[in-house]
Amino acid sequence: MSGAAAMETAKANLDVFSETLLALARKNRNILVVTSDSRGSGKLVPFAQALPGQIVEVGIAEQNLVGIAAGLASAGKIVFAVSPGSFLTARSLEQIKNDVCYSDHPVKLVGISSGVSYGALGSTHHSLHDLAVLRAIPNCTIVVPADNFETAEAVKAAAEMPHPVFLRFGKRPMPPLHRPGTKFTVGKSLLVRRGNDIAFIATGETVVQAAGACDLLAREGISARVLSMHTVKPLDEEAVLQAAQECGAVVTVEEHSCAGGLGEACAAVLLQSGVSVPFRIVGFPDEETVSGSQLDMMAYYGISPEGLAETARTLLNRKRL
Amino acid sequence: MMMPCFKQRTDKKRKEADLDCLLHRKSIEYRIRLLKYIKNARAGHTGGSLSCVDILNVLYNCVLNVSPETADDPRRDRYIQSKGHSVEALYVVLADRGFFPESDLETLCRFRSPYVGHPTRKIRGIEHNTGALGHGLAFGAGAALAGKMDGLGYRVFVLLGDGELAEGSNWESMMTAAHYGLDNLTAIVDRNQLQITGRTEEVCALESLVDKFAAFGWSVREVDGHDVTALRKVLSSVPFEVGRPSVVIAHTVKGKGVSFMENDAKWHHGVPSDEEYERAMEELRAQLEEAEP
Repeated sequence: MSGAAAMETAKANLDVFSETLLALARKNRNILVVTSDSRGSGKLVPFAQALPGQIVEVGIAEQNLVGIAAGLASAGKIVFAVSPGSFLTARSLEQIKNDVCYSDHPVKLVGISSGVSYGALGSTHHSLHDLAVLRAIPNCTIVVPADNFETAEAVKAAAEMPHPVFLRFGKRPMPPLHRPGTKFTVGKSLLVRRGNDIAFIATGETVVQAAGACDLLAREGISARVLSMHTVKPLDEEAVLQAAQECGAVVTVEEHSCAGGLGEACAAVLLQSGVSVPFRIVGFPDEETVSGSQLDMMAYYGISPEGLAETARTLLNRKRL
Repeated sequence: MMMPCFKQRTDKKRKEADLDCLLHRKSIEYRIRLLKYIKNARAGHTGGSLSCVDILNVLYNCVLNVSPETADDPRRDRYIQSKGHSVEALYVVLADRGFFPESDLETLCRFRSPYVGHPTRKIRGIEHNTGALGHGLAFGAGAALAGKMDGLGYRVFVLLGDGELAEGSNWESMMTAAHYGLDNLTAIVDRNQLQITGRTEEVCALESLVDKFAAFGWSVREVDGHDVTALRKVLSSVPFEVGRPSVVIAHTVKGKGVSFMENDAKWHHGVPSDEEYERAMEELRAQLEEAEP
């Protein structure tokens, strides 16, 4: 599919989340959405209009959002607790840890407008910490879909999961990255581009940037592998090791702090397996970030086709030494 | 306190008096047992367990529609102990009701024992893991809301500590419970006036709690939290108003039943020495003898 044609069919993952959920909930009245004055930003107004008895509004009270979601789930409800990722995973972190994960009530935590989707609104609205804090909490699967297909599949999988899961969505239209017929499995990464010179292991809305870098590098005769690591926990360790061993250099990419996210998870897998290759974590540095549009911010920190291609060239030079 | 066990009464009244006499004795026995396990574990939240044990006694023996056989029944009543630190009281009551053998409590707080120092769902009969404060009411509201949606008719009771009410999350949940008219939800405040630092009114004043709950749309009753008769009556009469959540402010004494533990914040998680334990047992055994029919 050409780039222009792909963008024509592209929807925001958030839109696909709400459409998929509405379709599931029409067939199963046990599916509930709980929101904290966030139905608008969660694209859930059509859900609320279609199924008013299946949405629970708690107002601007994220702690309460997660606690009530746990109580509903304890009584057999299939609960999607939806709130901006920045607030959901910080304001109500203790509820996530204790009421959901430790108590093992199978709430589906949905961080909307995550990463720097709300870039221009400033750091209060950025969630660049969420993967790190949730990775350190046992019993929490973390899924960060890259495109509309992964999103729809992740929502369907989450509805069936008997244990807690965190889903992370952005709001920029995402072009399709996968061929029809691709099989999505939580915990198994998806190959977006074949290649053996260097591997990009990316997650969420950065996968499309890595695919762009792959296309730039191809013009220079460099074949880059791109993996969509949609499940950050449990990590597809086999794919990480295979990428390092077959490509000899790895760049991880995430719309998240470099501390505690996908990159460090991959680094730990490689080091503890005795695999040492040129390796770079591309994400947000440990500093107060600049603000601006999501794309401008990501590009500033090297999360763009050009920036990632440049990082790859640097690593390839090290690989050749 | 002498219980009026054998006064001539009508049959119904006599049955109730017999029940209350039994409950009174059970409360003393529970106090003896929970102190035994705290002493054995060399850990526990003594003062708060002693203040809430009468409430748990009445709930599990008179009010809650739950048993070991119905612990997984979707229609069962739910009890959530938001003040999770008083788990020793909950453990002895659950053991007495047959949810697990009481001998399990010999392992309380031991390495790899499931009987940890706060409630967990690993123990049959426990609905929710608590311990961090300010969590139980939201969970209870969610469970109550699900019950309303499904028309299952069960009730949810949440025990709150008074010091715990400084956690803002409680007030979020109070608003939601009133907003959704959760009259199948009852909160019970163990109003023992003390928290770990000292008097609640000196740490962060709570009063007037009655007015605060009422202003948040709850129907409020106050009760002597050690009077099993009064507890039985008030907890059996929820909801106090159709369409509103209920709250019972149970006035209690931290450390109740052991003279030197009463109203002293140092017993929040104090563990008695050998000598203190013997003195406590003497006092409680004397109370038990006094309560003999």
